[in-house]
Amino acid sequence: MSAAQRAVDAVWRIESARIIAGLARVVRDVGLAEELAQDAVVAALEQWPESGVPDNPGAWLMLIAKRRAVDYLRRQETLTRKVAELGRGLEDHTESFEAEVDAALDDDIGDNLLSLVFTACHPVLSPEARVALTLRLLGGLTTDEIARAYLVPETTVAQRITRAKKTLAQKQIPFEAPRGAELSERLPSVLEVVYAIFNEGYAATTGKNWVRPTLCEEALRLGRILAELVSGEPEVHGLVSLMEIQASRLRARVGRDGRPVLLLDQNRTLWDRILIRRGLIALDRAFAIGEPVGPYTLQASIAACHARAATAEDTDWAQMVRLYELLGELTPSPVVELNRAVAVGMASGPEAALKLVDALADEPALSAYHLLPSVRGDLLAKLGRTAEARAEFERAATLTRNESERILLLERAHSLP
Amino acid sequence: MRVMVIIKSDENAEAGVLPGDEVVGSMIKYNEELIKAGVMLAGEGLHPSVKGARVTFKAGKATVVDGPFAEAKELIAGFWLWQVKSMDEAVEWVKRMPASQGTSDDQVAEIEIRQVFENEEFDGQISPELQEQDARQRSGLQ
Repeated sequence: MSAAQRAVDAVWRIESARIIAGLARVVRDVGLAEELAQDAVVAALEQWPESGVPDNPGAWLMLIAKRRAVDYLRRQETLTRKVAELGRGLEDHTESFEAEVDAALDDDIGDNLLSLVFTACHPVLSPEARVALTLRLLGGLTTDEIARAYLVPETTVAQRITRAKKTLAQKQIPFEAPRGAELSERLPSVLEVVYAIFNEGYAATTGKNWVRPTLCEEALRLGRILAELVSGEPEVHGLVSLMEIQASRLRARVGRDGRPVLLLDQNRTLWDRILIRRGLIALDRAFAIGEPVGPYTLQASIAACHARAATAEDTDWAQMVRLYELLGELTPSPVVELNRAVAVGMASGPEAALKLVDALADEPALSAYHLLPSVRGDLLAKLGRTAEARAEFERAATLTRNESERILLLERAHSLP
Repeated sequence: MRVMVIIKSDENAEAGVLPGDEVVGSMIKYNEELIKAGVMLAGEGLHPSVKGARVTFKAGKATVVDGPFAEAKELIAGFWLWQVKSMDEAVEWVKRMPASQGTSDDQVAEIEIRQVFENEEFDGQISPELQEQDARQRSGLQ
């Protein structure tokens, strides 16, 4: 890559969302806004190698993009006028496009950005399309980068983005952020997209593949931006806290041999203290805003409970049980119940936990979930019921789809006395 | 990737002269921009070196030298920790820093950008034993 190209890239990364959001407010079409902004990038790629990178490259890109938008609006107006001429004579248009565009671009940038977030994460789009469009419009990632991160062909991502933009235009989704109660209502779908991006990077992390941690970083960045845009919503801070704390463990959760390391076995000195600190601050912010406490804030509280313990033994398991109870009330799910059972096992012993786990035995949602027999095996092993424990670990091994996890489970089965 | 952005000191900073309201104001605004962009992870300003100390080692023996230290421009006045996509992005952000724009002809402000090591980068570079040793050292367990 040439110096000019790299400069364009860096400026685009910083400015693109702002430029696209400003243009979208004028042309009322996110897809078109992105194309106009891309035109400016093409112009930069053509001119900067010759003329050198301008002193204020962001402003340069914005100016070119603005001119393209004005051209576009003029053409549109010409068209409208011609139609009007054929119908009922010439109408006097004195609107100043430049002024209109300027006003939109200078307007509250935060508001524009927020509208861009809500448009990219609109429920009218499929979850995959929301993710791709958000990474593209707000993360400034190229189609190729998104494709590599998601391990899918570039054409697939390109199609998703194209279709998403078309859908938004066809369904005439207005370019605006909802307000008041409606914002709180629509926010979960936005947070879901951000968390989905994070999890894609988190669950598949191997420690060697640079692309996946990139997704975690990107999701965190989006979350941090959102936290500033809608700072009055507790769940935004809850999600940011959850992601910061989970990301703090990235280095510790994969062993040198590439195998996953369970949370309680992780080397806590490898946990990223900066991210933990940020996570705890975000959690405080969530609680400071107050009730109601949402699921992200509760999950973050659970993550914080682990983060605050210097060793696995130091974990406040009684607190953990309470938090899982609250989470279970808020978002009832057999998986939450299973996690609560684990916490009960640590707080009150394996016997009490086994009762809870056995109550989940017929849960259809868990019939193929490897962690159910895995947790049960663990409790049985602690109770000295070795043969039963071994059978559970072996069963869990047949259920997991992750090869390294399978090996880990089989090892546990065979290491029992 | 993460970078550490190092703000070099100067005579004023070393003398403990605090910058004026205008400079502080524009830096606060700049910090806000960094936070809103999700780039800034941490950042702190440092007291003049007169309040600092250096510890040098020779033949396993530690010698403590109290500040102030000479060569103000080689000292550090503050730092940021940023999360960026590339070194170019970091450079682009630094170029937007107010201090870099308010310099006069006889005044040089210097900002240094250094990439922070990630654990994975050691893979294949040094032996697993050394990596282990490094991890132990960092954690203070050795």
